[in-house]
Amino acid sequence: MTTTKSSAAEMATALAAGTTTSVELTQLHYDRIAQVDEDVHAFLYLDKEGALEQAAAVDAKRQSGEELGPLAGIPLALKDVLAQKGVPTTCGSKMLEGWRPPYDATVVTRLKEAGVVILGKTNMDEFAMGSSTENSAYGPTHNPWDLTRIPGGSGGGSAAALAAFEAPLAIGTDTGGSIRQPAAVTGTVGVKPTYGGVSRYGLIAFSSSLDQAGPCARTVLDAALLHEVIAGHDERDSTSINAPVPQVVKAAKKLDVKGMKIGVVKELQGEGFQAGVLDRFHDGLDALVSAGAELVEVSCPTFDYALAAYYLIAPSECSSNLARFDSMRYGIRVGDNGERSAEEVMKLTRHKGFGPEVKRRIILGTYALSSGYYDAYYGSAQKVRTLLMRDFANAFAQADVLVSPTAPTTAFKIGEQVDDPLAMYLNDIATIPVNMAGIGGMSLPCGLAQEDGLPVGFQIMSPAMRDDLMYQVGGTLEAALLAKWGAPILDKAPVLAAR
Amino acid sequence: MALNYDEAVAKYEPTLGLEVHVELNTKSKMFCSCSTEFGGEPNTQTCPVCLGLPGALPVVNGKAIESTILIGLALNCSIAPFSRFARKNYFYPDMPKNFQTSQYDEPICVNGYLDVEIETEEGPKQFRVEIERVHMEEDTGKSLHVGGATGRIHGAEYSLLDYNRAGIPLVEIVTKIVGGTGKYAPQVARAYVTELRDILRSLGVSDVKMEQGSMRCDVNLSLAPIGSGSLGTRSETKNVNSLRSVERAVIGEVIRQSNRLEAGERIVQETRHFLEESGQTRPGRSKEQAEDYRYFPEPDLVPVVPESAWIEELRATLPERPSVRRARLKSEWSVPDKEMTSLVNAGLLDAVEETIAFGAEPTRARSWWLGEISRLANEREVDPTSLITPSQVAEVISLIQSGELTDKLARQVVEGVIAGEGTPSEVIAKRGLKVVSDDGALMLAIEAAIAAQPETAERIRGGNIPAAGALIGAVMKATGGQADAAKVRELLLKHLGQFEKATGE
Repeated sequence: MTTTKSSAAEMATALAAGTTTSVELTQLHYDRIAQVDEDVHAFLYLDKEGALEQAAAVDAKRQSGEELGPLAGIPLALKDVLAQKGVPTTCGSKMLEGWRPPYDATVVTRLKEAGVVILGKTNMDEFAMGSSTENSAYGPTHNPWDLTRIPGGSGGGSAAALAAFEAPLAIGTDTGGSIRQPAAVTGTVGVKPTYGGVSRYGLIAFSSSLDQAGPCARTVLDAALLHEVIAGHDERDSTSINAPVPQVVKAAKKLDVKGMKIGVVKELQGEGFQAGVLDRFHDGLDALVSAGAELVEVSCPTFDYALAAYYLIAPSECSSNLARFDSMRYGIRVGDNGERSAEEVMKLTRHKGFGPEVKRRIILGTYALSSGYYDAYYGSAQKVRTLLMRDFANAFAQADVLVSPTAPTTAFKIGEQVDDPLAMYLNDIATIPVNMAGIGGMSLPCGLAQEDGLPVGFQIMSPAMRDDLMYQVGGTLEAALLAKWGAPILDKAPVLAAR
Repeated sequence: MALNYDEAVAKYEPTLGLEVHVELNTKSKMFCSCSTEFGGEPNTQTCPVCLGLPGALPVVNGKAIESTILIGLALNCSIAPFSRFARKNYFYPDMPKNFQTSQYDEPICVNGYLDVEIETEEGPKQFRVEIERVHMEEDTGKSLHVGGATGRIHGAEYSLLDYNRAGIPLVEIVTKIVGGTGKYAPQVARAYVTELRDILRSLGVSDVKMEQGSMRCDVNLSLAPIGSGSLGTRSETKNVNSLRSVERAVIGEVIRQSNRLEAGERIVQETRHFLEESGQTRPGRSKEQAEDYRYFPEPDLVPVVPESAWIEELRATLPERPSVRRARLKSEWSVPDKEMTSLVNAGLLDAVEETIAFGAEPTRARSWWLGEISRLANEREVDPTSLITPSQVAEVISLIQSGELTDKLARQVVEGVIAGEGTPSEVIAKRGLKVVSDDGALMLAIEAAIAAQPETAERIRGGNIPAAGALIGAVMKATGGQADAAKVRELLLKHLGQFEKATGE
């Protein structure tokens, strides 16, 4: 029987066999959301009318025998950073409260064309800046494993929706780990495709050279199915890659890593990593070795500078990208009493509309780009970026994929790191190098840490435009661990009280 | 005692720098597919990209790159194998993203030159104006400040914003410093902008209408005592919007700056606004505390990497340089200077050249285009070349030459063509416009005219040849203008026994 715990692939089979309908599935998920989302707070907005309409349209097409894509009729949760025509899109910020975009992001267009049913918009750190979803102007999202803990960020809403079975699929965006770290701390799967693999058109920019939308799911195969729906060249995005999409579904189904070389990154373990995280990571390595892979240790010395360089480049770009939020054309407007000048109204609006973390990064970036500081800060950071790419190139010369723990710790308590930005930034220490180099990265669950019984993420990194390799390794590892555990990891999560 | 211009340039050496902004005439904007047409209802030519809506991304207009490369090649620049766009960050309501996407330290064209010729006391002299760079950027929207006294943002009650212009492709052409002009600085500046305008027009990349703002000039000027070998502090005069104003702005600044220097005051590095009425400038914002635009490479765009084969293809399409072509045509057609200037200013060189190519005699081709056709075009407020084709004009001229049309009839034929009545021969057929060349019919009219004005006829017989005009006029009137006046004159004078005398004079 199809339940909210089924995978998207299983739901697709049921839809094809006619044992359920998309309207039924969609309603089933809205029922689940009604039961648990008051506690989880994964969603900022539910578009029931639009979703049920799309579901009914897909059902009608299926009825009439029309050829449908593999995910037609499957519900999905959309991170609130992607523009969806006519649907409130806030980026988790007061600044955009009430704004309904007049256009669809390319990712949204592709989802709609594939018959995917968009349930609603998920919570996130304001403008995707954060690692806990506590920076949302609309309140934090709670981790379904422990409601007192964070679900990761910035895409905590999307990850929590999956872990709480409110949706089988979700879209996230990843600038420094915002898909992978939430996946790690919620026991789900998240993929940051190669930069340029998925169009950024309609993705409200935080840091243009780092942002990338990607699939979130509960299984590697589901992520691959979603990946193939949203990926591919888009002429509206100059940085989108004009090349065939890697065959990630085929790769996810291979379940074979014999002879593959797995590079273990020396710099991404040890100090700063929780013992339980490292133990589960090693369980993952063992499983890969048992499946016939060969481990090699690789060194990427520049990784030590990745975080510092990231916190110059991302804020620099954000200081410019977020300049457009000035109340002149859309979003909130503060203090326009007919007396004040446009400049004063802009200032008041930006003061009121942005939260403290966003302001911190705008100030940081403005400073880093200032004349006299540009070379020392932005310029040096770009050089580090080049060195990081060189490190990856060397490492990939020795191994097919690279691996590390996704995040240094399991989910921490809500409020625990709010006042310590540097501690918060360290959550992304292992995920940031992937964005800086523009390559692909995946996180999938590799067990529960012994200290706290919370999920641990295993990160697989693949060379640019070889996203298929991480799916191949991820699919194999997932199958090996499932065989060992006997049940999906989310079965071990506490049952959420239904309201 | 204040210095006048001649006194100023006797003491001080001017140094020029010219920045020219040109709106390209591409059909779509720099980074989106919105129309660039001038004069649309406010905010009707916009989309998520040029409105800078959250999430929207720019894509470079390939045609704009092509036009810019053509400009660079025409100005003898090197075309950079790799260039980039940058973001120029500052807040202003008419700029949708609060940054302007513009090329900055990596422009597409660099290191060119343009030779211009000016008249000096020693005769024509050539100056080489070196080009520093040619780069691409996007235009901003337009603000209309309502309710204030000045039309500026300060003091206005409210402002209206029109984003139709936001994202229109602009090219900026920047010279290196132009020195060594001495007192001829105003003429060199004007000759440069004129030659540049003509080149851009011949390339077909812009309307180059200074009065409509599709070409705008900023004049940088500084003075240093002659022989000092140093450079003074410069001012930047904005929005000098005609060729004449370019010249006047230079003169105005030379006088203003020299008098400040004479008075022991320093020149402030600032932006100044040109005042059309007085030819003087007034101060704008000071640039002494330069605004920090926090430029950085535009991460939403990939670098511009034109293939060298493409550049060479474009180079092969470059038209003959306007000044070279003008000199050639002037000598081929033996045109007086003044008429050549009129032809150039009216943009009629192409039309005349084509008309001649269709077999028309050069003098007649010029006078028809500059005269009757331009007059009709002015009445209708349209371009002369939109009214009639060179081949039609050539046909009319050949009919005049063969005597089948008089000038007066030809004007009617042209009117008919413009009115859409068909080709010249169709108009002639429809309107029945044929020269009355039957001597018998003309003689009847001549005799009638003599009968009506016997005293005039008597004076002619008495040798007063100019008096024939009145009788010729009467005959022309009687034949509805369809007679050849020369023919009428000949028959009349022969009839009165004065033809030999008239032709013998």
